[in-house]
Amino acid sequence: MTALYLNVISGGILIGVVYALIALGLTIIFGVMRVVNFAHGEMVVIGMYIGYGLWSAFKLPPWMLAPVAAALLFALGYALQLGIVNAFIDRPQHAQFVLFISFALMITGLHLALFGPDSWPIQTVESMQSYTIGPVRLDVLRSQAALMALLLIIVLMLFLKFSTLGRSIRAAADNLIGAQVIGIRVRKVYAVTAGIGMACAGAAGALIAPIFDTQPFLATDFTLIAFIIVIVGGLGSLTGALLGGVLIGLSEALAALMISPALKTTFSYALLVLVLLLRPNGLFGEPER
Amino acid sequence: MTKRAIPSRRDLLATGAGALATSILPRPVFSQGAPVKVGVILYLSGVQAFMGQQTRKGNDFGAKVVKEAGGPAMEFIYGDAESKPENGRIVAERLIREGCTLLIGTNDSGSTISVAQAAEAAKIPFLINIASAPQITEQGFTQIFRNFTPAGTLVGNAVARIKELGATTGVEPKTAVILHVNDTFGQGIMKGVDVLWDKQQVPIKILDRIGYDVRARDLSVEVAKAKAVGADLLMPITRVSDAILIIREMVKQNWSPMGIISPGSPGPYEKAFTDALGKYGDGYMSCVPWYNPTNKRAREIASRFEKEMDARFDLNAVFAFEAVEIAADAIKRAKSNEPAAIHAALKTTDITDHISYGGPIRFDEKGQNNNIGVVMLQNQNGKPVVVSPADASEAKAVFPFVPFDKR
Repeated sequence: MTALYLNVISGGILIGVVYALIALGLTIIFGVMRVVNFAHGEMVVIGMYIGYGLWSAFKLPPWMLAPVAAALLFALGYALQLGIVNAFIDRPQHAQFVLFISFALMITGLHLALFGPDSWPIQTVESMQSYTIGPVRLDVLRSQAALMALLLIIVLMLFLKFSTLGRSIRAAADNLIGAQVIGIRVRKVYAVTAGIGMACAGAAGALIAPIFDTQPFLATDFTLIAFIIVIVGGLGSLTGALLGGVLIGLSEALAALMISPALKTTFSYALLVLVLLLRPNGLFGEPER
Repeated sequence: MTKRAIPSRRDLLATGAGALATSILPRPVFSQGAPVKVGVILYLSGVQAFMGQQTRKGNDFGAKVVKEAGGPAMEFIYGDAESKPENGRIVAERLIREGCTLLIGTNDSGSTISVAQAAEAAKIPFLINIASAPQITEQGFTQIFRNFTPAGTLVGNAVARIKELGATTGVEPKTAVILHVNDTFGQGIMKGVDVLWDKQQVPIKILDRIGYDVRARDLSVEVAKAKAVGADLLMPITRVSDAILIIREMVKQNWSPMGIISPGSPGPYEKAFTDALGKYGDGYMSCVPWYNPTNKRAREIASRFEKEMDARFDLNAVFAFEAVEIAADAIKRAKSNEPAAIHAALKTTDITDHISYGGPIRFDEKGQNNNIGVVMLQNQNGKPVVVSPADASEAKAVFPFVPFDKR
């Protein structure tokens, strides 16, 4: 029984770290621009298709697909922000919602038209393998994905803390007028932020592609899970996204084991409601000033 | 002097409601001499798209074979219910408005019930190709004709096959755990197992029943939980994508029970399953309606289908194909594209030479064909073969199956 619990807990933590990378992308965009990206799950699915395409073409190990997907999604996010989203930054929230929902529908429609509704599985030797550490069996693909996601999260946090551009992003998030006064080019910072947010989604997508078969209809699930995580962790909080991801992954796994597998998603929503009731700003979020 | 009758407010309301109902209900537009428009409602996109696409191939091939044989002119119009049961009715109403006087579908119990409601309201016959929920034929629908086994019959036959397996192989498993998808179909089959297991006095104790969400992408916890039960048999009730997930997890978690036997569900016999899992897909058994491999015509149709449609002639294709043949037979006898005439012809269907395993195709007063047989399939060398019953079997069952780590 101990082995069962250890296996379930480790599996939950591993997938939770990947979820955290998805949520990090959503929270960084919101934290800096106060824009809610309703097409975030679709960006994850783009990452999955990129991952699948790279794996099919070059047979790269799944964990190596993430940086390439991140780079491509960064470019897409940067271009979208400069070309379209910047024009909506000062518009009412409902206009922003409609814009991102339109993006979401267009991306899913394009995926359907280009790749069809079928699942695209990545089959590697690792698909059937696991590491054995004492009583614990760790899924190889999940372990690789979680390690790579964790590495990307650490790199991102270091970038935001120590690089000049990272500091500019944090400055724009903390005090927009102050940032403009000291000469930060806010529109460019927004574009870089959108690029980073979507790169997180793309990288997470490529990491998930070998675990969940790629298909267009996964997007809504990813968007919802990202929202649950960032609300539980605290909107705009990077630490909250990381710990929220792990918490959601873990709670889903334990709920499946201890209550009922059919209720694991329901449990996430219950957790969300509980956090909204007790800590409306999330576990690590700060009250709006 | 006669007093003019003044309609009461109640009369006016009743008349208005009737007129409104008549105007909004979908009604087909008939055209004598034209091909019969047949609406085919399937899940062509969404999480269950694979089955829908496979069923469409069976339908297309059926249309081709019927045309070659000089059958009646039929125009098939496809409607996509997008893997959402509630969409069945909406799509059916659209197809009826487009002039369809016969509906076929839907490969899912939830959307089948939804379509049946639309068919009932418009009095359009609805030929069910694949859907096993028992309640479909128990709700008083007058327009439905189901050429597929209801869950009870399916499970009853499956249980019989499982009992036969013990007797023929000399290996008697003692315990089982059920892992089932938690939707209309999964619950229907599971309830059937619960009832029939005791009724048929199967000497295998079911230790646990573990349900999972139909949209689940990750079944690691479910499989770990089932493994912890320590049963001799795993009895999965799945669709293809979750069947693949289950086997992947079993391999990763190094769990090889004595056998994996599905008591009547799609998945393991599908090409997507055997292609995705290779040698790990072998050994999986499933009890399902299938084509009769001892029937010469069925073998020829299967062989042609695989060549011409580049797909496996599996359950979806078999029953989609057979539904087209039943429709053609009824339309030919009806000599009309009027729904009432087609309905009357379907009621008197009696087809003895058909490709599925079982007796003649006839529908009872509830619209159910009770003569469909169930075979036990086992994946061997990457493809499903019939291993039971004796009068349909092509190969011997490998039981207990080869553990995953010995392959």
